[in-house]
Amino acid sequence: MKNRLVWALLMLVVLIVINVIKTPTFLQIELKDGHLFGSLIDILNRAAPLILISIGMTLVIATKGIDLSVGSVVAIAGAVACLFVSQHESGDSTVSTMFTAIGLALILSLVAGVWNGLLVSAIGIQPIVATLILMVAGRGLAQLITGGQIITVSMKPYSFIGAGYLAGLPFSIFIAAGIFIIALLLTRKTALGMFIESVGSNPEASRLSGIYAKSVIWIVYIFCGLCAGIAGLILSSNVSSADGNNAGLWYELDAILAVVIGGTSLNGGRFYLLGTVIGALIIQTLTTTIYSIGVPPEITLVVKAFVVLIVCLVQSDNFRKKISYLAKNRSKARQAAKKEVSA
Amino acid sequence: MTSKLRIDSRYLPIVVTLGLFILMFLVGSLRYTGFFSAQVFYNLLIDNAFLIVVAVGMTFVIVSGGIDLSVGSVIALTTMISASLVQEHHVPPLVVIPLVLLVGTVFGWIMGSIIHYFELQPFIVTLAGMFLARGLCYVISIETITIDNPFYQHISQMKIPLPGGFISISVVIALVVVAIAIYLAHYTRFGRAAYAIGGNEQSAVLMGLPVAKTKILVYMLSGFCSALAGVIVTFYMLSGYGLHALGLELDTIAAVVIGGTLLTGGVGFVAGTLVGVCIQGIIQTMIMFEGTLSSWWTKIAIGVLLFLFIVLQRVLTAGKKLNKLGA
Repeated sequence: MKNRLVWALLMLVVLIVINVIKTPTFLQIELKDGHLFGSLIDILNRAAPLILISIGMTLVIATKGIDLSVGSVVAIAGAVACLFVSQHESGDSTVSTMFTAIGLALILSLVAGVWNGLLVSAIGIQPIVATLILMVAGRGLAQLITGGQIITVSMKPYSFIGAGYLAGLPFSIFIAAGIFIIALLLTRKTALGMFIESVGSNPEASRLSGIYAKSVIWIVYIFCGLCAGIAGLILSSNVSSADGNNAGLWYELDAILAVVIGGTSLNGGRFYLLGTVIGALIIQTLTTTIYSIGVPPEITLVVKAFVVLIVCLVQSDNFRKKISYLAKNRSKARQAAKKEVSA
Repeated sequence: MTSKLRIDSRYLPIVVTLGLFILMFLVGSLRYTGFFSAQVFYNLLIDNAFLIVVAVGMTFVIVSGGIDLSVGSVIALTTMISASLVQEHHVPPLVVIPLVLLVGTVFGWIMGSIIHYFELQPFIVTLAGMFLARGLCYVISIETITIDNPFYQHISQMKIPLPGGFISISVVIALVVVAIAIYLAHYTRFGRAAYAIGGNEQSAVLMGLPVAKTKILVYMLSGFCSALAGVIVTFYMLSGYGLHALGLELDTIAAVVIGGTLLTGGVGFVAGTLVGVCIQGIIQTMIMFEGTLSSWWTKIAIGVLLFLFIVLQRVLTAGKKLNKLGA
């Protein structure tokens, strides 16, 4: 595990160094009006939704599953919250309106998780297929809620979730950190983490040894749905609007990428939450770097493609075997050549 | 005694799909005036010709137990390369079209080789392929490139008269692809090997089937089909754009599943995929005729159908296992 974390951390450091070379003020953090400002804070702030989704995704992948519906859940949660807020904006009790909106969004994302869990654990459908259903239909639902339009809201308490500051830092960072700590405590201080890993390596064996494999699977999908829902709230609150068409688009892919970079194998059975957080930070820094170097942002996708491939190849035993085999062959050939020369 | 009358459970999904299509066409005809016409049916094919071609390639991939998430991006890349070469570099279309088909095939070859030789999950490799192809589009240009080449315009406006209406040249291409694919799937060694690998890769290896070759060929075929679909889209849209066919991979997978192909591999029908695409098309047509419904209902309807068909497949495969156990 340490090895993998080191690689991920190294990648992050290299990215930051590139940034510092390009823009020497990159690491500077200023204090303005009691808020901290700077590129690093900015990256943390923007990475918060991705970190949340990736944490949920890590646990799902640890059970050998995958959740493709997170992007749609992001859109649904944002849409329903913004719709409720926009309808009750003129009312007096703004704070209670906000909490109702948040509650509605979280309940819907919980339902989404229950639905995915039902398909995967109770009906036994392959995770990629089961969550594909909600990915397709969920985007439609989000568009249905927003009526295909962008709903804008202008409510102060609501915009605090994604754009507010607490103790000088963006509030979204605290949310992401909170969920991370909760996930870490639940999985490392209780037996849940071990159950998840055991179900991921062999669901049948873990069932036989007395673990409620189905409940464990159900729990991780629900948790993942909730994480996506919270991320949806942050994202929609940050831009004070909900867009059923584009909110959360491509997030499932970025989240999977973050998890894989963090050292969690797609084959399940093992997970590294801290690695995932670093992975998400790498992706966000990468995006920022690409912007700041002056490379057209469109190339982000190409860069991400190569990152996915390289990380997966490094994880593949077969690839490592082949490389070491090639290296051996080459050194053998060299030795043979040397012998010939000396003879 | 009744066994002769019963449908083989393997064919049940495709029968259900076909029945559903006929039912929807009937409902549409009864509900909306002007729905019951040959042209409405032809339009289904015209508007979805490219989807048919991609879905046929995807059928082979899924039958062999894999998945290809890169198809939509490869389509976009094809339109982009075509438009850029024809429009900005004045390369003749008859050179461009074979070239883009080659690009798609090579793309599939690379992904297939990585999947096979490094034993990576098809899902993640084709995901990388999807990022890469979509990204390359933007490297070429972030703007739409409109094509005003006479050859492309001529082909795009060509109408082939049929009783009760007309079809476009894309439909002919799509139907030829379906015919060839049916032949490939059911009457060649390649097809049998693909089914065998999807059924159980290890047994396929032990049987001495050319697993490596077949697996890579399947992705090459899918890449070729995506590029061909891209050519059709270029005819249809007369432009290259990095956002063409966004999210198409899911429509394609949905069409294949609704057409009766098992996502676990080993079972599937190219003809079923054709009907699967037609079902998606007819949902859109009905929503258009309804007038008051919006386009997102298509997504919700496809999601619901996808759900029903997957559960149906699940029930059928579970039934088969029970039968085996009972016997």
